[in-house]
Amino acid sequence: MESLSFDLARTPLRQVNQFLHTGLAAGDTRTVEILNPDGAHSIAVGLDREVTIDIRGHAGYYAAGMNKRAHVTIHGSAGTGVAENQMSGVVHVKGFASNGAGASAHGGLLIIDGDAGLRCGISLKGGDIVVGGSVGSFSAFMAQAGRMVICGNAGDALGDSLYEAVLYVRGNIKSLGADARIEPMTDDDMRTVGALLEKAGLTHDPGSFKRVASARSLYHWNADANQEY
Amino acid sequence: MDIKSASGKSESHEESWGYDRKTIDYIQNASAHGLYEIRGLGAKRRLPHFDDLVFLAASLSRYPLEGYREKCLTRTTLGTRFATKPIELETPITIAGMSFGALSANVKEALGRAATQMGTSTTTGDGGMTQEERRSSKTLVYQCLPSRYGFNPDDVRRADAIEVVIGQGAKPGGGGMLLGQKVNPRVAKMRTLPEGVDQRSACRHPDWTGPDDLVIKIKELRELTDWEKPIYVKLGATRVFNDVKLAVHAGADVVVVDGMQGGTAATQTCFIEHVGIPTLAAVRQAVDALEDLNMKGEVQLIVSGGIRTGPDVAKAIAMGADAVAIGQGILVALGCNAATYIKDGQHISALDGYRALGTAPGYCHHCHTGKCPTGVTTQDVQLEQRLQPDVGARRVKNYLKTLTMELTTIARACGKQNVHHLEREDLVALTVEAAAMARVPLAGTDWIPGVRRG
Repeated sequence: MESLSFDLARTPLRQVNQFLHTGLAAGDTRTVEILNPDGAHSIAVGLDREVTIDIRGHAGYYAAGMNKRAHVTIHGSAGTGVAENQMSGVVHVKGFASNGAGASAHGGLLIIDGDAGLRCGISLKGGDIVVGGSVGSFSAFMAQAGRMVICGNAGDALGDSLYEAVLYVRGNIKSLGADARIEPMTDDDMRTVGALLEKAGLTHDPGSFKRVASARSLYHWNADANQEY
Repeated sequence: MDIKSASGKSESHEESWGYDRKTIDYIQNASAHGLYEIRGLGAKRRLPHFDDLVFLAASLSRYPLEGYREKCLTRTTLGTRFATKPIELETPITIAGMSFGALSANVKEALGRAATQMGTSTTTGDGGMTQEERRSSKTLVYQCLPSRYGFNPDDVRRADAIEVVIGQGAKPGGGGMLLGQKVNPRVAKMRTLPEGVDQRSACRHPDWTGPDDLVIKIKELRELTDWEKPIYVKLGATRVFNDVKLAVHAGADVVVVDGMQGGTAATQTCFIEHVGIPTLAAVRQAVDALEDLNMKGEVQLIVSGGIRTGPDVAKAIAMGADAVAIGQGILVALGCNAATYIKDGQHISALDGYRALGTAPGYCHHCHTGKCPTGVTTQDVQLEQRLQPDVGARRVKNYLKTLTMELTTIARACGKQNVHHLEREDLVALTVEAAAMARVPLAGTDWIPGVRRG
């Protein structure tokens, strides 16, 4: 059977996740629909297969956590830590996302059509995140690698203690965190933003974004950095 | 105090208690550099410890086991609460989490081999899982740390247990630190960092805050592993009674409590010496919490932080721990602070290495520099050759074997056929402080400070 549907109002989440981990391997299922998620936590965590999953409603914490290869769409909003530690694949939130969206993601793409809460992209390690709306404070905190495209505004302390991740912001930045700075957009940056927007189905002008990256002044001991070190 | 010099002139040698040479040195260093001191290992100050307890062995009122012959079981099971595949160990002495990055790949491999030969577990650290340690370890505990360096679902699935690290005894409330000289290309790649950067790990997890969130995080890890693997929660010892209760409420199978004598690869000295509580006090509070929740036995307790000897292990277990974890003791077994390293069966002097660091065997705490003279805590291609995995594995195995034999020796003397039958009633304290912290009587009395009689 190429397509399967689970109703979380009738089937326990444990059974659904177990199928996604071990049952998928046995058959040729290409698409899975999950009905009535009703804010359940840990839906479709730990996937490791090229499969399309549609969650029809709101998801709780850690939806599609640690995803590998799967394409997961949440047709609603997502709780804390959506696509946390994602390795590859795509997670698309049609609504809003709560705190820590895409936290520590190593790869893959997270698309959030609406706004994201606090700490979006915190500890990012190579994944890409496109947010159609705004992001809350402390986003991209200690982000190490990867890219974030923020079409709306950013809250306080954006990119605090950034390593090598690069952020692109179209709207206003309330404040930058320690060692984050605005840099000129290069042609490469334009192409990067254009490509990520296209993947997310957005049509903003890449030239309207600002680039935020690390000034790298906290990379080594610095007696003059005072409390920021 | 005035001392007459050879010339007959009087010189003052009265050292201030408040401004002794150590304090003067501290202030002068601070004023010269404008930065706090960073160092490795654990608290060096004298603390109430397991040394301050002794066992009341069998005599007429208790019957001992024959010391060398009668069976005394050491088998230990961890993770019986929710996990469908609990961990079965041959000894309650495990190897604590230490990172690849802090330690060389050779050392991680040696630890895996020694643990496997002894039937115990070893643990990854703040830097992900190396192939060497997975390959060599029968039972490997995989840490989920705030930094999430190298953390990935494949390794979660490859692990035998997951340890969610909330804190570390050497620095509860603080994040890790790995100075640039140890961030070589391989370490940098595993941690997704630029080579040579001074790496500071976060102290808070990126995707949850507080105990209510931890409940959900643990459930995620359980779902991800299909409820097979035990989930540990590791705490740096501070408000242990409440923290252990919260960890149990959050769904931990095993709680690890790490006291302030626990080591670190690199942390501010002020943190190491002034934050957290001694292991002795922490065990007591952790056991109180489990007993208060009626969870003793259902949730297992691992104690770490300054466990060095068989008697330390026996005392921790008698106080209510199910197992212990050892970090620094393992490093010392590998050659940390030894005057020599072993190459082709020969002992070769490492004194030049110590001199270059401005220290000497017995005093070294320079793990943070990456210039370990005996090749234990280094990523330097030359220095790491000073510790070969087969030598390291043999030494660690010998150490763990000695500790296990000492543990059973004491247990037999106390009349126990199983080391887990050791109990608080077997212990008395030598100091008032230890009696109060461990809540056992001062030796020769029935006095437990703070406990009302009658």
